[in-house]
Amino acid sequence: MNVIEVKDLKKVYNSTEVKVNALNGIDLTIEKGEFTAIVGPSGSGKTTFLNMLGGLDSPTSGDINIGGTEIGKLSSSKLIDFRLQNIGFVFQAYNLIPVLTALENVEFIMQMQGVDKKQRQQRAKDLLIQVGLGDRINSRPSKLSGGQQQRVAVARALASKPTFVLADEPTANLDSKSTENLLSMMEELNKQEKITFIFSTHDQRVVNKAHRVITLEDGKIISDDRKNE
Amino acid sequence: MKTNLKLAWRNIWRNRRRTLITVASIFFGVLLSTFMTSMQEGTYSKMIDNVVSFYSGYIQIHQNDYWDNKTIEYTFQPNDSLIQVLQENQEITSYVPRLESFTLMSYENSTKGAALIGIDPTKENQMTNLSRWVEKGQYLKQGDDGILLPVNLAKNLGVNLNDTLVLISQGYHGASAAALFPVKGILKFPSPAMNNLGGYIDIKAAQEFFSVPEKLTSLVLMIDDYSKVNQIKHQLQTELKDRYEIMTWDEMDPVTKNMIEADRSGAYLTKGILYALVGFGIFGTVIMMIAERRKEMGIMIAIGMQKSRLSKILFYETTLIGLIGVIFGFAISLPFIIYLVYHPIPLTGEAAKAYEQFGLEAVMYFSAKWFIFARQVLVIFILTMVVYLYPLFKTYRLKLTEALHS
Repeated sequence: MNVIEVKDLKKVYNSTEVKVNALNGIDLTIEKGEFTAIVGPSGSGKTTFLNMLGGLDSPTSGDINIGGTEIGKLSSSKLIDFRLQNIGFVFQAYNLIPVLTALENVEFIMQMQGVDKKQRQQRAKDLLIQVGLGDRINSRPSKLSGGQQQRVAVARALASKPTFVLADEPTANLDSKSTENLLSMMEELNKQEKITFIFSTHDQRVVNKAHRVITLEDGKIISDDRKNE
Repeated sequence: MKTNLKLAWRNIWRNRRRTLITVASIFFGVLLSTFMTSMQEGTYSKMIDNVVSFYSGYIQIHQNDYWDNKTIEYTFQPNDSLIQVLQENQEITSYVPRLESFTLMSYENSTKGAALIGIDPTKENQMTNLSRWVEKGQYLKQGDDGILLPVNLAKNLGVNLNDTLVLISQGYHGASAAALFPVKGILKFPSPAMNNLGGYIDIKAAQEFFSVPEKLTSLVLMIDDYSKVNQIKHQLQTELKDRYEIMTWDEMDPVTKNMIEADRSGAYLTKGILYALVGFGIFGTVIMMIAERRKEMGIMIAIGMQKSRLSKILFYETTLIGLIGVIFGFAISLPFIIYLVYHPIPLTGEAAKAYEQFGLEAVMYFSAKWFIFARQVLVIFILTMVVYLYPLFKTYRLKLTEALHS
């Protein structure tokens, strides 16, 4: 089953005197349960592509269909709601809400979705236990290590039961041990719960774990390799 | 709402020192402004009180055209229907008759022009508590033949208690009016203006002196609620079918009213500057808060928070800072002002002289009326609303990809 369908996606930036073609007609399909890495040199269009898939930026032309919805046709407010219900985000710098505890950060997404308090508290606890932070649920981000914060970010991304999780360079700020732990955890979640993960990365360790590696260059897909598990 | 408030509360304490400085600026703004307004209102209230309770009352009823002419020709005899209207009006707490005109007062070689006010000693005392200002001698009794003189007038005439004063004036329809009145008491009012005004005699003696038996120049009315003055005036005008001239205290004493208005306008400017400083203090904090959290705001919108909700949180943050400042301001200013209401500050030296030159008692009075405090809440609320326009604008103009990479 296709989770994402991208057709002839183009993005041109006109902010400078010279037009920059950040994306040059990308066609791509991602199925449920994929564990995909998007790689490429700096300026290849990885971040722009991820922003488009996450509905954070709008394309110049082309279509993005997520679970049957053309996200380019949604209004700004509906797009925010669509992201809330369908997309989990993991950012390079974790970006947890600093004034909320780990539990509250995970719970917050569900609170925005309108999930009942008891139910969301239980799910937030379960998710934090699942990512190995059952003993740190009441800690604020400033009291957690980078690796622990990124685990909370993964729990937060999963809390809304999204169609897929977008992770932008999730291991860029982590040491090797934390990277290994985080990747194992996400791989486990992918295997057991069929959660679709899409990473943009420079990190070879992430690439090694990925089941599919899409390489971008100059805003185009130059290779799309699937590994046999 | 609970989560939004929790987030807002925790956010404002992220930079504790900055929030405390902003709260302190609001606190001092509220404290100064409350203190200033309380002192102003206390002074105005005392001025109005002096005018109203010592002399004019809140409303007076005259014969039509009396006020422009103020002669004994414009007297009237209150009929039963007028008395009935006054008695049936629940807002009118009391009314007293007066007969008032100009006389020449002589003692030995001194002659001074002054008002002669005929009063009903019992009723007048019930309304204006005139007897409490008797410094020497005794207050008038019903049917008394003596005169009460205010201290400055007595001094100018060189009279003392029990001296006999010669009064000369013009009575009704050009009749001559002359009589002798022994000084029965010397009055000392707290208001210097009142100490020069004129002498008080029994109303019957005044009617006889001016040859207007049973007639009055004014009926002086007191009411319960000062704010209803104009409403009661219009009510009386309707009921009395414009047969009488009905005037409110501020129409009879426009000088006091204008003085209050002018002083109020000046104070608005001072307070405006004070609040502008407070407003810029809050604004500075909000600008810094928004600049620091641009990326965080981008993240919140990215993960699914509607801009309207984000603006609500920012609204709570701005309002909470204002509210904390106002609460602290009240907590300190309220007991302080209440103390000053009961313990007004007597002035001495030059300040006292300046007050007395304006005919005011040399005491700083304070007021603790609810609107003084309510106005602070309103002003701070409006200020925060104006300041809040900035985060509101920034939230709705936020470009997500730029914010995420800021």
